[in-house]
Amino acid sequence: MTISVESLSFSYGPKQALQDVDFLLDKGVFHALIGPNGAGKSTLFALLTRLYELQGGNIYIDGQSIKEQPASAMKRIGVVFQQSTLDLDLTVTQNLLYHASLHGIPSKEAQKQIDNELDRMEMKTRANEKVRGLNGGHRRRVEIARALLHKPDILLLDEPTVGLDPQTRRGLNRHVRKLCDDENITVLWATHLMEEIDLNDPIILLHKGSILLDSVASTMIEKSGEQNLTDAFHKLTDSESFGGTQ
Amino acid sequence: MNISASWYCFKGILIREFLRFVQQRSRFLSALIRPLLWLIVFAAGFRAALGIAIIDPYETYITYETYIAPGLCCMILLFNGMQSSLSMVYDREMGSMRVLLMSPLPRPYLLLCKMVSTALISLTQVYAFLLIALLVDVEPPLLGYLTVLPALLLVALLLSSLGLFLSTRIRQLENFAGVMNFVIFPMFFLSSALYPLWKMQEASEWLYWICAVNPFSHAVELVRYALYLKLNTDAMFITAGCTLFFAVLAVTGFNPQKSGK
Repeated sequence: MTISVESLSFSYGPKQALQDVDFLLDKGVFHALIGPNGAGKSTLFALLTRLYELQGGNIYIDGQSIKEQPASAMKRIGVVFQQSTLDLDLTVTQNLLYHASLHGIPSKEAQKQIDNELDRMEMKTRANEKVRGLNGGHRRRVEIARALLHKPDILLLDEPTVGLDPQTRRGLNRHVRKLCDDENITVLWATHLMEEIDLNDPIILLHKGSILLDSVASTMIEKSGEQNLTDAFHKLTDSESFGGTQ
Repeated sequence: MNISASWYCFKGILIREFLRFVQQRSRFLSALIRPLLWLIVFAAGFRAALGIAIIDPYETYITYETYIAPGLCCMILLFNGMQSSLSMVYDREMGSMRVLLMSPLPRPYLLLCKMVSTALISLTQVYAFLLIALLVDVEPPLLGYLTVLPALLLVALLLSSLGLFLSTRIRQLENFAGVMNFVIFPMFFLSSALYPLWKMQEASEWLYWICAVNPFSHAVELVRYALYLKLNTDAMFITAGCTLFFAVLAVTGFNPQKSGK
């Protein structure tokens, strides 16, 4: 399952948020979408998940346009949003059952799938607890389990580790990478934390609404002449923003 | 659209709304206490001042409590409809609306499910109110409890579609107070819920006309007639027409972009 984004542009009134964005995500591969705050990552996610209507360009999932075949696209995509979208007053299972029903999955089948996903996320013992009682890391795990309930081929995660401690961040990141390997799921992981990216990960560097780099992470280091990803990221994004005005 | 998937989706939305409702016990209690205060306290005070002549659909003189009971049933539905509007705005601000919008089912269908679920949950409160109203001798015919059901459902749909429409217009949760002042109170007081319209006509011709064109008046009359085993066709068509009108406005005016921010 591949995602192809072609000439994607979007503006909020006069403010251009994305300008001619093109990229391709390969099947079963962990891709990182990086960029400073305001680069357009969340807008891109909103377009990929159909929360925003496309203005210019198109998005294809295995060759099918999400504009023309939205239902088929939504069946194949699982999403973890930056802001938690769990219902705090419902239990973990109730939240997951709600999501399954929205995807038209019968409750018996959903319950089996929920057991599997919670087991995989090591959250089975918390199934009947209210979400309000879970910590940030556990809530994120529930959200990932939820995103996988309808067995999507593509998993989109918009800064899923925001607000989590380093150990939990590493754990989540490892788990999602394992999903790529074991289940052949295509992942787009948006972040601005460079420690979440491996040197051989494909990256899409978004800056001021345009793609600055679409390559593997090590190329970013080569291009910047820096020693590590964090410095390379800062150099490329900072030099771009200051350089443009000089 | 797959029929079984649509059914599971509707069931899921209904269960979620029901669970949320059950967990908010204060919401259930306040939904009951409000009309009961009107029925027990307000009606006791005004009983003498507001004598009711024999009017359709009643076949005899009735107490003031009996007169206002259908209006108070509609008051429950009105507050619930507006509560659903508030919960839509809350869901939008908290981000949980996105979960709904990620469903592969068509968005107008999802909104319709939300509307119907809200309406069905409101009905349980109305029946709880009617049971308690028996204690103050509001005793419609037994069969009336059954014949009023479709009328209540239609009115509940009208008010939840109005609530959904308002939620597409309200930008922030803080603006909800305006709904109280500009929608709930005028709709309720400028209707036949608390006094027959001929009484209003005696007092003021222009106020009477405002009450006469208020869809809530027709909703109240539809429920009043149905509770006493009669069908008010004018009220039914007007209520159904307004339901359709607000539902179309709500679905076409819904902007998913607001939910993504």
